[in-house]
Amino acid sequence: MSASARIIALHLGLLVLLFALQFILPAYHHGNLARIMVLATYAVGYNILFGYTGLLSLGHALFFAAGMYGMGLTIQHMGFTPAPALIVGILAGALVSGALALLALRTVGVSFMIVTLMFAQAGYLTVLYFGEYTRGDEGFVIQQAQRILWGIDLSDATNRYFAAWALFSVSFIVSLWLVRSPFGRTLVAIRENEERVRMLGYDTYRHKLAAMVISGTISAAAGAFYGLLFGYAGASFASVQYSIFPLLWVLLGGAGTVLGPFVGTLFMFYLIDLSSGVTSAYLLIAGLALVLLTLFAPQGLVGEIRRRIWKDLP
Amino acid sequence: MEFGPHLLLATLEGAVTAAVLALTAVGLSLVFGVMRVVNIAHGEFYMLGAVIAWYVAHMMGGHPALGFFAALVLAPLLVGAIAVLADITILKRLDYDPERTIVATIGLLYIIQQLTLMTYGPEARPVEAPFNTRIALPWFEWGEDGFQFYYPWGLSTTSYKLAVIGAAAAVLLGVWAMMARTKIGLLMRATQADRDMALAFGIPVERVYALVFGIGAALAALGAVLIVPIQQAHYLMGADPLLLAFIVVIIGGLGSLPGTVLAALFIGLSDGIISVFFSPTLAKILATLLVGLVLVWRPQGLFGTRTA
Amino acid sequence: MTKLINGTTRRGALKTLAGAAAGATALPLWARYAQASSSEPIKIGFQQHSTGIGAAYGRWYGRTTDAAVKLINEGGGINGRMIELIAEDDGTDPKRGAEVVEKFATQHNCDVGFGTLFSHVVIGSSPRAGELKLPYFVVSEGHHVASGMLNRYTLQPGITDVKSQVQAMAPYVSENLGKKVTMIFPDFAFGHDHRDFFSAAIEAQGGEVLEKIAIPPTETSFTKYFPQIPRETEVLYHVMVGPAVLTFVKELGEFFGPSSPAIFGFIDSLEAVDIASPGLEFLEGTYFWEGNPRYAQADQTEHDKFFRAAVGVDDNGASVSDPTDVSTYAHMFGCWETLHIIKAGMEASGYQGTGDRAKLIEAVEAMTDMPESQAHPQGAKVFNGKTHQVFGHQYISRVEEGKLVRVHTTSIEDTLYPDEVDYTTQPL
Repeated sequence: MSASARIIALHLGLLVLLFALQFILPAYHHGNLARIMVLATYAVGYNILFGYTGLLSLGHALFFAAGMYGMGLTIQHMGFTPAPALIVGILAGALVSGALALLALRTVGVSFMIVTLMFAQAGYLTVLYFGEYTRGDEGFVIQQAQRILWGIDLSDATNRYFAAWALFSVSFIVSLWLVRSPFGRTLVAIRENEERVRMLGYDTYRHKLAAMVISGTISAAAGAFYGLLFGYAGASFASVQYSIFPLLWVLLGGAGTVLGPFVGTLFMFYLIDLSSGVTSAYLLIAGLALVLLTLFAPQGLVGEIRRRIWKDLP
Repeated sequence: MEFGPHLLLATLEGAVTAAVLALTAVGLSLVFGVMRVVNIAHGEFYMLGAVIAWYVAHMMGGHPALGFFAALVLAPLLVGAIAVLADITILKRLDYDPERTIVATIGLLYIIQQLTLMTYGPEARPVEAPFNTRIALPWFEWGEDGFQFYYPWGLSTTSYKLAVIGAAAAVLLGVWAMMARTKIGLLMRATQADRDMALAFGIPVERVYALVFGIGAALAALGAVLIVPIQQAHYLMGADPLLLAFIVVIIGGLGSLPGTVLAALFIGLSDGIISVFFSPTLAKILATLLVGLVLVWRPQGLFGTRTA
Repeated sequence: MTKLINGTTRRGALKTLAGAAAGATALPLWARYAQASSSEPIKIGFQQHSTGIGAAYGRWYGRTTDAAVKLINEGGGINGRMIELIAEDDGTDPKRGAEVVEKFATQHNCDVGFGTLFSHVVIGSSPRAGELKLPYFVVSEGHHVASGMLNRYTLQPGITDVKSQVQAMAPYVSENLGKKVTMIFPDFAFGHDHRDFFSAAIEAQGGEVLEKIAIPPTETSFTKYFPQIPRETEVLYHVMVGPAVLTFVKELGEFFGPSSPAIFGFIDSLEAVDIASPGLEFLEGTYFWEGNPRYAQADQTEHDKFFRAAVGVDDNGASVSDPTDVSTYAHMFGCWETLHIIKAGMEASGYQGTGDRAKLIEAVEAMTDMPESQAHPQGAKVFNGKTHQVFGHQYISRVEEGKLVRVHTTSIEDTLYPDEVDYTTQPL
């Protein structure tokens, strides 16, 4: 088997495994995995900008929330059905990330972090400011009757799992294809040395712009699906915490790896869930685990595999 | 309230915010400037300062000033020691890699928060100010009898708030003197300017790093001790100062001490003054966007010289 | 975290539970709760705010819940079965809240979920409870249940909602304190409920709201907003939540100095905070809404006395073991009362196991009058089975010599409003 075929087999294998797992998992973990796949999609989106392009954003909650509210508000106040509402959510994410990219890409490094952070914070406050429509921090429920997509009731566990799997699969394949394409390789080159890429005649600004819009759009799709599948939209998803989560997941799993975002999300979810079953001081365990992991797996979990075993893992 | 007195009040309030913010941010600026790492746990050092202040004040008893001044000395020392320990056991082993430091300090944040919750508890607890007199402030107007002073309703501050501004200014001067006039300041500046060169000249960079991390945390703790008679010690109080301090450091321009102080003034005052003109949440939105746009317009920060 | 609370050795409950716990640790997590039989305890999933912004409330909700479970188990449990409390921290976060509800339903196989306070956690969790058909008893005081936003499986039988609380205050405020009101509230849904419901209620009394000052929830200093209070204000109405509440109240006092209007606040502004804290002296003579009087009153009922002793609260509303640890007395009785309602509902419906969850819902929906008793120490209540919301007396207290002294008790009628939903029409 060629290296390329092995890589594709590995990644598609994960999707097949995830698809098959729904038949054997007990109910609780079945539900968890559906949730993890949607959150991992968010991390996949984040990874495109952070892991491959080298731009550390602290404002991705803005895109996640744009998707969630673009979907939720049109259902709640304009009577949209899920399909058009999802499209509105995803478009909202594309639009917001494009607009923010135009401003934020004038900066680099830590300034980029702060600019994205500030605009996301303004977005969070805007959700609160328009509390009349968004119900602010309390948020609102997307009722079961409003969550029927093409006759499929998304509040049903099996349907939800399948929807989450489909979303994750699409974003995962897009991500794999993207980073193996010339465009993706240019992004990696920009991450490594932007000056040199520019001198080679590439328009690095356009590349970064495109990366940010793709990243924001995938994040928004995750936000829109999250709201639709779990029936709730609230301001906490727009808070700074939800900008830091994908960064954490990606770093844990391995920045700049296609598998990393999923592995990191899975790891963090069960780290909290299992340790909270053992002790009420589960954050202590989570904190220690993070510290130890950075000490002993500096590249993240998948990053370590790439460093030690499988050198050409994308 | 009329416009003039309202503006004065908002400015005074902004100045108090700015004073404490400056201390916290200068601490972060040292760490960020010299060590080039983002310390997400910086806000937790701030929180620890406030919590230790409560413990010290609680155990001292007697006049509130006794406990407060004891806390002013003990809290920064203890927090600084904890930070040095964290630097030696964790950050040094990470080789100060920027990304790994972020994850490790997030881990540190969880640990510190949870330990505080388990020992100190979830309540917000007050520390009594050493002195706290309400001072009504006068305003002037040109009435029928010409120029005259009067005391508008609600226009006031407290002696303690004024003292906080003074104390912060004094500490900042001290930090500046340390950086500019002492040998240790020279070592720090040399390490900041060029780490490899500093190593080559035999500067014990690792020890400088540990010291910087400790001083940075101690400054945050000092800011917290000053604020805790106004606000209260609570185990989640670190999040806001972390974000604000981080913003101030970048707006001020990396590694520029005067820039950091001016940026703290800019952020503290604009937050207060914008609130005069708009409804509160809208004012917050505008103040936040303003900070973002300043950086879009000057990516190196207001007073930065090199690109970040 | 699994918590077993054994009040008695009757029928070998202790032994059974200890055996179950020992056996459970040997099984993989997902299999632990698989075998159910009628001799097993009733499992109540307690969604607790142990960390995050709600932790001060969560701690006292926990103590009250433990005390109520102990009492019920000592009295023979529910239908002869002991209660096993399974507490899970939701971090005061709606996402984790929903996950915790899933965990109760599908992993722990709980009979019911219970105990959530913060509205955003309730609203984020409730859809999952409805889908999983897990009876979900919240103790939140939010208007979300009665507004019709939630579902047939979500009930609030132990505490009145904010709409009732707020509208019941208006007659007293307008008759005794003044008719020109300025409101200060947090700029999120809870604050907006206060704004909307109180404005309407005070206007119905012939009063008016001069200014509505919404404070952003991230704020930590407040003085700069106070100049927006109009000079002609007769009553200042304040409500604030979160860790900065003490700063808020202190700065309010510093702002007004000696010349303040009448001040009426919701005790939420000072829940879990000592009224005798430095800087709060100016509160002397001001008024507070209290869900349940924090200080033992001169005419204290035997039920309140019993409740205090069981939970471990002294006459000043603080922990008996630590007088600086002030309780959330105005809210936490709701946990105690809700657990007794779960018991009453299970007994009325002959509840056997998770298959009878629908019968439990119907039994609770059928409840109406709840007289003051050991099970309802806060006072008598009336439950509305259609809106899933309870209504009860509210208290207004005045600060006198550093203590809250009750000056007015509203009638239950003052808290009633027209139904906004009929959950009984939804399928079970």
